[in-house]
Amino acid sequence: MENDTIAAVSTPAGEGAIAIVRLSGDEAVSITNQLFTSKDLRHVDSHTIHYGKLMDPKTEEKVEEVMVSIMKAPKTFTREDIIEINCHGGMVSVNRVLQLVLREGARLAEPGEFTKRAFLNGRIDLSQAEAVMDLIRSKTDRAMSVALKQMDGRLSNLIRDLRQQLIETVAHVEVNIDYPEYDDVEEMTHDLLEERTRYVKSEVQSLLLTAKQGKILREGIATAIIGKPNVGKSSLMNILAHENKAIVTDIPGTTRDVIEEYVNVRGVPLRLIDTAGIRETEDIVEKIGVERSRQALQDADLILLVLNGNEPLSEEDAALFEAAKDLDIIVTVNKTDLDQKIDMNEVSQAANGAPVITTSLIEEQGIDELEQAIADTFFDGELDHGDLTYVSNVRHIQLLEQADDALNDALNSMEMGMPLDLVQIDITRSWELLGEIIGEDVHESLIDQLFSQFCLGK
Amino acid sequence: MYDAGRYDVIVIGAGHAGVEAGLAAAKRGAKTLMLTLNLDLIAFMPCNPSVGGPAKGVVVREIDALGGQIGKTIDKTHIQMRLLNTSKGPAVRALRAQADKVLYQQEMKRVIEQQENLTLRQGMVEELIIEDGVCKGVKTETKACYYADQVIVTTGTFMRGKVLIGDIEYESGPNNQRPTITLSEQLEKLGIDLVRFKTGTPMRVNSHTIDYSKTEIQPGDEEPRAFSYETTEFITDQIPCWLTYTGEVTHQIIDDNLATSAMYSGAERGTGPRYCPSIEDKIVRFNDKPRHQVFLEPEGRNTDEIYVQGLSTSLPEYVQKKMLETVPGLENAEIMRAGYAIEYDAVVPTQLWPTLETKNIAGLFTAGQINGTSGYEEAAGQGLMAGVNAAAKALGKETLILDRSQAYIGVMIDDLITKGTDEPYRLLTSRAEYRLLLRHDNADLRLTDIAYDMELITEERYAQFNRKKELIQQEIGRLTEDRIKPTDEIQNMIEEIGGSRLKDGILAVDLLRRPEVKYETIKRMTPPEIELPDDVEEQVEIQVKYEGYIKKSNQQVEKMRKMENKKIPDSIDYDEISGLATEAKDRLKKVRPLSVGQASRISGVNPADISILLVYLEQSTKSKTAANE
Repeated sequence: MENDTIAAVSTPAGEGAIAIVRLSGDEAVSITNQLFTSKDLRHVDSHTIHYGKLMDPKTEEKVEEVMVSIMKAPKTFTREDIIEINCHGGMVSVNRVLQLVLREGARLAEPGEFTKRAFLNGRIDLSQAEAVMDLIRSKTDRAMSVALKQMDGRLSNLIRDLRQQLIETVAHVEVNIDYPEYDDVEEMTHDLLEERTRYVKSEVQSLLLTAKQGKILREGIATAIIGKPNVGKSSLMNILAHENKAIVTDIPGTTRDVIEEYVNVRGVPLRLIDTAGIRETEDIVEKIGVERSRQALQDADLILLVLNGNEPLSEEDAALFEAAKDLDIIVTVNKTDLDQKIDMNEVSQAANGAPVITTSLIEEQGIDELEQAIADTFFDGELDHGDLTYVSNVRHIQLLEQADDALNDALNSMEMGMPLDLVQIDITRSWELLGEIIGEDVHESLIDQLFSQFCLGK
Repeated sequence: MYDAGRYDVIVIGAGHAGVEAGLAAAKRGAKTLMLTLNLDLIAFMPCNPSVGGPAKGVVVREIDALGGQIGKTIDKTHIQMRLLNTSKGPAVRALRAQADKVLYQQEMKRVIEQQENLTLRQGMVEELIIEDGVCKGVKTETKACYYADQVIVTTGTFMRGKVLIGDIEYESGPNNQRPTITLSEQLEKLGIDLVRFKTGTPMRVNSHTIDYSKTEIQPGDEEPRAFSYETTEFITDQIPCWLTYTGEVTHQIIDDNLATSAMYSGAERGTGPRYCPSIEDKIVRFNDKPRHQVFLEPEGRNTDEIYVQGLSTSLPEYVQKKMLETVPGLENAEIMRAGYAIEYDAVVPTQLWPTLETKNIAGLFTAGQINGTSGYEEAAGQGLMAGVNAAAKALGKETLILDRSQAYIGVMIDDLITKGTDEPYRLLTSRAEYRLLLRHDNADLRLTDIAYDMELITEERYAQFNRKKELIQQEIGRLTEDRIKPTDEIQNMIEEIGGSRLKDGILAVDLLRRPEVKYETIKRMTPPEIELPDDVEEQVEIQVKYEGYIKKSNQQVEKMRKMENKKIPDSIDYDEISGLATEAKDRLKKVRPLSVGQASRISGVNPADISILLVYLEQSTKSKTAANE
């Protein structure tokens, strides 16, 4: 509770040039240090700022280019260690950074909590107490109304359903414990418990997957167009933007020369990233070339790899395929209006199952197919926009991740042959965490369940 | 009226709460008077003749660790004892004993009579002497005035008690004892909120009229068992219980006669417990169940009365008879006492401090069933705590509040005073969030230091406890350093118990953590210098095997404690705190929590309210410090 390390986005929501994720608490530095690859933040001076990259320790992927300010207690706003991670504006970067620090052990700050800490630690004048209390109240009320708005009806139903399954399981274990002689119910077995736990875990995980889709739906799929110089990247960019009308204006980044453009392709919002290089004259594209494209890959959810049908596959192309492997990729073989010198067999081999579309961007041929492929990639051809239950709220995602961890602990304990009443501790924990998502409270309801599910005596 | 004397503490009632209250107060050195309606019914068991069970059995161990009596007495007077949940984890194991009701009472009376500082007297208290909201003593119907600044009321179900059998109802305590009417009225006048609860008991039948061949035998454990840490002599000649079932025909009879049941006749009645439903409740709420269990429990060694566990009822006697005729083994059973429901007044427990003193009237304590609980063990736990605290107040000694991580007793009292209860409250293991820490096996490790500080146990017992603690630590220490080498002998032992062979040397503790390995095996591999007592071996095994889980629980406790340590002064004015939600204000004003931790457990008080409260408290502390400088 108190003194643990809290984190939150401290810049206003929306599209600013820079966004800041702020951490406060004893572990602010160590948490950030686990993500920060460029230097050891534990040994730098207080009140300094450091450029570097954040890495997701789970996937070892470079996530974000950031500036980290480090301010050590007591000369800080909260009188605790404070870290401010400056990242690119836009919800995508900042949420990703926030989720990372939460996963590494920070807790999402309650509304007004930084100010509360500043006050409790004597940083803010006593006369301000009233204002601090009002701030907490108003921020909480606002946060609650936002949370309600973000709470999809389908999501809460789904979570309610999962919780019901968990609590029935838990009640079953409990009745075995509190009424050991009650013979109307089978003794809960490891197998049954494991089966139910696995089921709920798989549902939680698919919800977490939708978190990605939810993010995508709201913020656009980060899409990178890559390819050798002069294969038609800028034409593709223009066609996508032109045909589908840009829905958000350009946002120049700050620490890096990135231009993002938002387009909507058949209900899939694409955020075309790193398009600066493509928009520039071909000369400059020559200069930045493949290296630049490679960089763009790191931030992308979708790769549009453009090949020139008029040339055989080159080593550079192969390098791009290599760099983009494991990512969602759509291959476009352009310039069908010219002689086809490319070996399509080689292309499909390199594509390794990814869709391959042939286009003539100059003659606007093959665009429909390309757009359909984009839509298919993200909706699996099944899901359509209006029918998707998704999780988007950072707090919800954190709770789901914790619930997933708790279920994992339960499964591990079962594997180790721990008694069910111990396994049950983790299952109950996941039930509580899921309850927090929909704001349902805990303890009495287990006992209610116990007595409504079983007819108990001795 | 005459002046009958002055005491430090007066206990009204000598049931399971009263007994522990009186003994604890007297042990702490308070001159204590215990008043009861009937000296022949001290620690009477008006309902089931048993002590213990999940959670409840742990409470008995806790009371014993705190120097209480219930465990010692049942150890001497039971007819059988069983350890329950042996196939489950250590946290949920619990003892249960079937009691010889009469021997139990006699033994309790003997102990009370021998207790120094404790006076036992028969008498019906008619009125509390209250002056300016402060308790001063009690008046009995025989015109005696006993004076004391601390009075503990442990009147169980006697306050405006009413017995119900079919359409018969009469004012009565359990088992046709006299109820107390005036006390209820007086408490109401003093502004104490009461609530109407109900409980019930089944018929008792004559053992000679039961055909046991149609039932299943339920013997006690062969291994001798005991609740008390002091018990050294064990009862070996145990008496079995028996199990039979109701059937469709039984249920039909109940269904046909439902309207004749006192609780189903349509009249407004008190709230009964869900965890101990009457047979009518079972039929109505779970009408798809083809049968229900009926346990036949002897009430003692020197009686033929058999308690018919599972058939608690307020149906008329003739329906009770008809019902029995359909139960295998009970076809010809003769009812010796009919089952009945009893309605009574209870104090709404949110009106109590954690010491069990009422907030309204200084010096007035309540404990046991009067606080809305049910069960002898729950009553005894509260009684002990009220006794300890009333004595503390009388003698200017330290009070005792147990938190939720220290004891089931702490969980229970915190639940009662913080959340209240809308049905008779029973302890369940699922009420304890730190269940793994609140085990049957470690009650002494949790509470003996406290008992010693509170002067509730002898020096001898404390020394014995410290020796045990030391042995446990030594042995765990030894196993943490001792590396077991993969010799042929060791590998054989491991394969014998179905484990996989060692690849390398392994620390004894790590080996013990393997699911299939017990301390017994470790002991064979690396014997300690001296043979350790069983309870030490058990502790070593549990503490090592479940270390991960125990650690996790302890971390949660640490978090909880931080909030418990943030105290709220009683002078706080919640109306003055801007930003608190109205519902939170109302609840806080009512419960008057002593700490922010307690406040956070009140329903209707949400995390934002707690944040605001913290800021407010900080502000007042700082203002005070500033003013003092």
